[in-house]
Amino acid sequence: MANMRDIRRRIKSVTNTKKITGAMKMVSAAKLRKTQSTLVAIRPYSDKIQEVMDHLLSGGEEYDTPFLTPREEVKNILYIVIAGDRGLCGGYNINLLRFAEEQMKATPEGERAMMLLIGNKAREHFRIRPQYEVMDVFSNIGDTPNVSQGKALSDYVIKKYLDGEVDEVHVVYSKFQSVLTQIPSVAQVLPIQVAEGAEDVEEGAHAETDYIFEPGGKELLDVILPKYVDSSIYRLLLESKAGEHGARMTAMDSATDNASDLIDKLTLALNRARQAQITTEITEIVGGAAALE
Amino acid sequence: MAEDLIRLDIVTPAGLLMSENVAALNLPATLGSMGVLKNHAPLMTTLEIGTVKYTRNGVDHYLAVHGGFAEVKDNVVIILADSAERAEEIDVSRAEAAKQRAEARLKKRDAELDVLRAEMALRRALTRIKTSEKA
Repeated sequence: MANMRDIRRRIKSVTNTKKITGAMKMVSAAKLRKTQSTLVAIRPYSDKIQEVMDHLLSGGEEYDTPFLTPREEVKNILYIVIAGDRGLCGGYNINLLRFAEEQMKATPEGERAMMLLIGNKAREHFRIRPQYEVMDVFSNIGDTPNVSQGKALSDYVIKKYLDGEVDEVHVVYSKFQSVLTQIPSVAQVLPIQVAEGAEDVEEGAHAETDYIFEPGGKELLDVILPKYVDSSIYRLLLESKAGEHGARMTAMDSATDNASDLIDKLTLALNRARQAQITTEITEIVGGAAALE
Repeated sequence: MAEDLIRLDIVTPAGLLMSENVAALNLPATLGSMGVLKNHAPLMTTLEIGTVKYTRNGVDHYLAVHGGFAEVKDNVVIILADSAERAEEIDVSRAEAAKQRAEARLKKRDAELDVLRAEMALRRALTRIKTSEKA
């Protein structure tokens, strides 16, 4: 039977750990709420941009802009990998980074794949895996990325794309299925893919509205398309962050539960040990008394 | 005269800034300042960094709008902007500081200076100051 003092000490340390994980869970829950409200706030903006873009593109005119036209020869592909800055969030980071590795491995022969890493965890992961090429690292994105951080990232990417350094840009992010589930996913942001089906529907709906375009359709697209990229990237960034907070919350919740279980078990062991000790003492006294008679 | 109102929505990445029924508004369109009244033809235009003015209940209101886009359709005006602020809410001292920073940077003309960016910053600051004076 374990020493009672040791058991008491362990109960104390597990209780402290439980307090910490419980607090971290609450903190993550608060951060999750904040990130989600930012996501909700940006939705009208990105929906509207999408709508305006559909209007412009359904006008029947063909616009020649690098944002929409796929390059004839795709040589360089950029993957933006959005991971977290910190751990203690279950399999969130590792699942995403493994998925990113798979994407990199799946690059066809003759194409060069590069990564733009976001988050310290992504940097640490790929620092010891030099076989994958890293273009740049953005870290310290914080708990709820703000608009200007998203804009800085998207400006950087758009510049690389327009300069011809990369021919396609994809984002590897965690899709926020629910607080419990985040699915590593990949989405193409450049060139912009217009959903064919959606375009047909839009055409019917807006055929009657004959817009005046000022200064012109092309100029409008030149303004709206970078904004579309900005808002897509920012949204994916927020979605990944929300997933990270959700994952951390879940991980900390189960850690707290485990700590409670452990405390119960240890308390039981402690009580047994105490009873055994008392029994031993009584036996000794009774034995001693019997010896005196 | 409620039937003469048009709805003005201002949407930024930070959320819906305002949605109000107004009698008339004025937009800083790329091709020049533009007034919108009821039953305006459907239109899409890019916007300059500038001041949006709208009239509600006979009172003029002003907003600083930075970089954006406007759609007019069925008496609804939607402004999509990178950021927008009501004149009353502008932090003038911050705008003044930003203005001085931008001017200093433009004056120095370093090799690495991103002239376009500095000029945009200066224009944003000037717009903020000008708009706030009207409040």
